Amino acid sequence: MASFLQQVVSGLASGGIYGSLALALVLIHRATGVINFAQGEMATFSTYILWTLTANHGWPYWPALAFTLAISFAGGVGVHQLVVRPVERGSLLRVVIVTIGLLLMLNGLVNRIWGGSQHSLYSPFPTRTIDVAGVAVSIQDIGTIGVSIGVVIVLWLFFQFTKVGLALRAAATNPAEARLIGVRVPWMLGLGWGLAAMLGAIAGALAAPSLASLDPNLMQATLIYAFAAAVLGGIDSPAGAVVGGLLLGVGLNLLGVYVDFIGAELRLPAALAVILVVLLVRPSGLFGKTVVKRV
Amino acid sequence: MSRLPRLAVPLAAFAVLAVAIVVMPAFLLGYREQQAAYVGLYTIALLGLNVLTGYTGQISLGHGAFMAVGGYTTAILMTDHGVKDIYTIPIAAVIAGGAGFLFGIPALRLSGLYLALATFAVAVATPAVIKKFEHFTGGGSGKNLFGSPELTGSLHPVHVLGHPLSFYNWLYFLVWTIALASYVAIWLFLRGRVGRALRAVRDSETAAMSSGVSLARYKTLAFGVSAAYAGVAGSLLVIVTTYVNPDTFPIGLSIFLLVGIVVGGLGSLLGMIAGGVLIEFLPFWAQDVSKSPGTPSVVYGVVLIALMFLLPSGVAGLFRRVGELRTHFKMKP
Repeated sequence: MASFLQQVVSGLASGGIYGSLALALVLIHRATGVINFAQGEMATFSTYILWTLTANHGWPYWPALAFTLAISFAGGVGVHQLVVRPVERGSLLRVVIVTIGLLLMLNGLVNRIWGGSQHSLYSPFPTRTIDVAGVAVSIQDIGTIGVSIGVVIVLWLFFQFTKVGLALRAAATNPAEARLIGVRVPWMLGLGWGLAAMLGAIAGALAAPSLASLDPNLMQATLIYAFAAAVLGGIDSPAGAVVGGLLLGVGLNLLGVYVDFIGAELRLPAALAVILVVLLVRPSGLFGKTVVKRV
Repeated sequence: MSRLPRLAVPLAAFAVLAVAIVVMPAFLLGYREQQAAYVGLYTIALLGLNVLTGYTGQISLGHGAFMAVGGYTTAILMTDHGVKDIYTIPIAAVIAGGAGFLFGIPALRLSGLYLALATFAVAVATPAVIKKFEHFTGGGSGKNLFGSPELTGSLHPVHVLGHPLSFYNWLYFLVWTIALASYVAIWLFLRGRVGRALRAVRDSETAAMSSGVSLARYKTLAFGVSAAYAGVAGSLLVIVTTYVNPDTFPIGLSIFLLVGIVVGGLGSLLGMIAGGVLIEFLPFWAQDVSKSPGTPSVVYGVVLIALMFLLPSGVAGLFRRVGELRTHFKMKP
């Protein structure tokens, strides 16, 4: 039983990472109706900036993290304004291809700038375990879960109780009317991209220590898990993304440990199966609203 | 415009292509012929993907997976069942086409972004699945075909119509003969009723449905045909490389196929050769720009984004636009 609970906790920890990245995907999808295939690479890029600051320039962790988040935010806004905005209203294929182009470009840039070798990223949470009701839980896992849930709460407060949050929601729900009442829609959408990039940076900073290494493909598999989490929770529901992430993290971890056939190798195909099944059985996900298409 | 030019243009283009294929080997030496064979097989895969994405409007980021089905069909039939390589190609087409048709059924419920997402996940998961079924696929170490008697031309030179051909010579002609046949088949497939129905689905599903076009039938048909082409291309990829392992079909391959049809021009057939050339040679060109790792990827990404901004209809669209400009100037006195 204790080992079962331990697996659940470590599943929750990886689920927190999936959830954070899924939340980034959901934010962008809500704001601009785009699924950002480059989200994982954007997160990897941010994580490398954090690594350079802490490991090569001797910055203390927290200022380095704050600086990384700021750069990521600016980068997200920049990407939206420069690259995505011109094609946003065009055909779907163009948008998808542009984000795929971004994916390739960022992956190449990471390889160019930092090389393909593996690095280890400092984590503010120690890996030592503590005893919680008879279950040995690593502090890093608790920290990861705490951070991802904390992030959702902060975001929710921001969207619900600030004027900018309200404007953001207005711009996403009805751009035309939002513009009429004086919301600067393009900048609001850019803001959404910036926030998403920040979330990605957080996910990367959480993922790199828990996967034990930082390499250019850090977030590639995580992106698929995040897709699965977002689809499971409902692609337009922020809370759903996080719940979906946690469910997926626990589910995949338990499947991997207790079902021999799946093991570690078939984790990714299992996530794919989740995506397909959810899309076929309940396309709006657990928390999403069913969209009625008007003809 | 009378009826004649409508048929004359594709026929002339086809004739030029056929002549070029026959003449080209005189200018190609050794491994260049192998590279030309790669261009040909990528062209075949692009032709298929274009049916799905360019004509029917269904985005697939996972066509590498169908190539993998075709490639592994060939490799397994050759090594474990002693089937001669050229006979495995139609079987690969049938099996990959069947897989595509089956995938097309659940894909019916997915539109736009969701389809892109699902196919992307399929492509990412493919290598892991191949590695898992090790006894069947050879696992991570793959299957080697070089030197096996089933591989035509690897032990003795091939004699075609009395002419001895070297191995690369043979590969070149094999791939491009199939590519030419593919062109003819796809042109016939798309020019009539079916092609119109597919385009109708792309342009407006609602309008297509109300004109009596069955979405389910034509979408699954497009998936099946397009996967069959990918299967042939995958089969040829394995034959030309003489080796297969799970990394022969990485997610990058699926992405590059999408790059290829966009560069060649969505909905254009001849443009696909330009796409094939790009897939094969861009990595080399990018290495000339800079030797540091990651450069090809950066170049790919920049090219892709720049194309979406500047030339959304691809190389074929550029030619079309030049043609329009010329008629425009001619009309002026």
